[in-house]
Amino acid sequence: MIVEIGHFALVLALCAALAQTIVPSLGARLGDPVLMGVGQSAALTQLALVTIAFAALVNAHLTSDFSVLNVAENSHSAVPTIYKISGIWGNHEGSMLLWLLILAIFGGLVALFGRSLPRALRANALAVQGLIGVAFLLFILLTSNPFERLDPAPFEGRDLNPVLQDPGLAVHPPMLYLGYVGFSIVYSFAAAALIEGRIDAAWARFVRPFALVAWSLLTLGIAAGSFWAYYTLGWGGFWFWDPVENASLMPWLAGTAFVHSVAVMEKRDALKVWTIFLAILAFSFSLLGTFLVRSGVLTSVHAFANDPRRGVFILAILAFFILGSFALFAWRAPVLKQGGLFAPVSREGALVLNNLLLTTACATVFFGTLYPLALEELTGEKITVGAPFFNATCGLLLLAAASVMPIGFSLAWKRGDLLGVIQRLTAAIAAGAVAAGAGAAWLRGGSIVAAIMAGVAIFVIVGSLIEVVVRAWRPGLAPGLALRRAFGLPLSFWGAALAHFGVGLTLLGLAGVGFGAETITTLHKGAPVEVGPYSVTLDSIGDRVGPNYRETVAAMTVRSGATVVAMIEPARRQFAARQMATTQAGLATIHFGQIYVSIADPTPDGDVPARLYWKPLVTLIWFGGATMALGGALSLADRRLRFGVAARARAGAVVAAAE
Amino acid sequence: MRWLRLVLLVFFAALASPSFAVQPDELMKDPALEARARALSAELRCMVCQNQSIDDSDAPLARDIRILIRQRIAEGESNDAVRSYLVSRYGDFILLKPPLKLETLLLWLSPPLTLCAGLAAILFARRRTPAATQELSAEEEAQLAALTGDERR
Repeated sequence: MIVEIGHFALVLALCAALAQTIVPSLGARLGDPVLMGVGQSAALTQLALVTIAFAALVNAHLTSDFSVLNVAENSHSAVPTIYKISGIWGNHEGSMLLWLLILAIFGGLVALFGRSLPRALRANALAVQGLIGVAFLLFILLTSNPFERLDPAPFEGRDLNPVLQDPGLAVHPPMLYLGYVGFSIVYSFAAAALIEGRIDAAWARFVRPFALVAWSLLTLGIAAGSFWAYYTLGWGGFWFWDPVENASLMPWLAGTAFVHSVAVMEKRDALKVWTIFLAILAFSFSLLGTFLVRSGVLTSVHAFANDPRRGVFILAILAFFILGSFALFAWRAPVLKQGGLFAPVSREGALVLNNLLLTTACATVFFGTLYPLALEELTGEKITVGAPFFNATCGLLLLAAASVMPIGFSLAWKRGDLLGVIQRLTAAIAAGAVAAGAGAAWLRGGSIVAAIMAGVAIFVIVGSLIEVVVRAWRPGLAPGLALRRAFGLPLSFWGAALAHFGVGLTLLGLAGVGFGAETITTLHKGAPVEVGPYSVTLDSIGDRVGPNYRETVAAMTVRSGATVVAMIEPARRQFAARQMATTQAGLATIHFGQIYVSIADPTPDGDVPARLYWKPLVTLIWFGGATMALGGALSLADRRLRFGVAARARAGAVVAAAE
Repeated sequence: MRWLRLVLLVFFAALASPSFAVQPDELMKDPALEARARALSAELRCMVCQNQSIDDSDAPLARDIRILIRQRIAEGESNDAVRSYLVSRYGDFILLKPPLKLETLLLWLSPPLTLCAGLAAILFARRRTPAATQELSAEEEAQLAALTGDERR
């Protein structure tokens, strides 16, 4: 019964979304405040109904109601509760419902906290948001109903894919979706601004918190996914340039560019057309990502769903929203008034360069991901575009963007003094050069890419610290006063400095990979094996029984010289329900670096074939990601975004709390 | 879409099998040759997996190709010779880095082309913007001077 209520709530939500689309846009056209006001109540109604539907699905999964097809196919009565919940979005139908729920939440936030906005702008934005809701509700109801019943109900479920039975699944997709879908608000507001033909700094001020929330969560989501892949897939890789990863990287790149250019727009009233373009681009890539992942058009590690009918439907949604918005853009963008002049060498100029590099990187990922599909479709020829291509192109562009980042961050608005900035950053440049030189000497004749990356990383890290010091302190100032001044700096500045610092950390972690060590060998009990500066000894092999799996665990000791540093337990898990095995890596964190051991099944005489790695600084990759996200959150808490209008003050606070 | 299912089946079968990416028994005795073999296998795609190099993959086919590479290297073949042998057998699909040829020209040119297009757009926009703010006419300058009491030079 509850399941049917959920299904019915979705149908009603479709009606609410239709009302949210039609009535307020009509109101905006006629200038009728009552009709425009319908947008808010419709958005909140839609949110309530979608929440009911989602709760119904949660309930079905929690109670292991195997008469529901979705539960029977993706759950099992013995699965731990956390995977019963995260299993909801571990499959196509459930993840689309989560997507929809987040869309509705963002619509609801605009309805609740958009009081300070011009009426017509809010009405149009809610209408566009409603239209996206209509499209995805139709998609779910027509092709991916999560509430489909199964008769007769099976006695037991088919279990959640063991690869997905990991806390990573509880974190990664919701974060990613919050990021993806968060850009829908930015998109809706861009479309509304185009419909009205008017855009100003107030628009930027309202959209910016949403963009920051979306960007921060997307950053966290990508970092979480990367970490998950790192420890679960068993060969220690953290980024594979897999099409599905690229699908999340593209909105991130476009979103990063947007977050920067919307700052210019808010402060200087410049780059309006460009900001609108990026707003459309960011959400278009989110939709493209959804399409790539959900249609099964790619055969990829992540492609668990494949049903061409769904693919065509999402393609239609994709085409409608992307082509529609770009048509609107081409038609209306010339109407928007340009403002805020600036010299080429200025903060604005640097941000234009940042946007140029990020968008080019984004386009490169786009071409690299879709080119093989297009080529195969057109000529039947199959090629692979893999990591070496992306590292050489996209990697290079991003490294270039990172190396000009500290300079741009130090430049003044309107007209900057390049020479002065370089003088200011001398210490950072010197530190970077020393790091690169030392790295190259260490690697002796190997690939120097890692050394260059280390140099850029140090430059970025020291550069962002210098910027904080320069703002707070000048020669002769008492340290206490300087500290007080530092605390007095706007939070948006701290946010930017922290995010840039995070980029440096991630780069340093990536560079660290080049300095690692790897040993592939068969471990014998009691015989230590060297990996980098450490040694690993196999102590014992044992069997354990988990809630829904059995595992073979190899207990090992990591030593540095004679001192014991850590104990690790890499394992192989056997899942009975699906007859599958997974590898659990043994991890020991030592000063930001990690010892990583993954094992194969032990031989009959008790030896264990294993791959052992020493990965110096590797955890910085994800710490950096988390730091970037924290920077985004700090910017969000900035006074400018909190004060001003009373109603907006609450909006900022709530958004920050929702984070 | 049946091939897709097949691929997924093979993929999961590979996951379920007790095999494992590069195994200790595959390694070559000479570390220099082994390093070459590793570098080469990192450039090659495992044909039945998704976007994994044969170096990372635990699929049986990847293992076969890894062993094949090592045999050929042990026989004294150069990296290029091994690579072109594999391409002749499996096509360009096996190369993770697509070769530069007519079909992939657009792919390789896409980053520089995008960069140039972006630069052109920026320059175009900049040339258009100053036109929007016209210089003050002499009359306006005089008016301004009168209003500001000649504080401005």
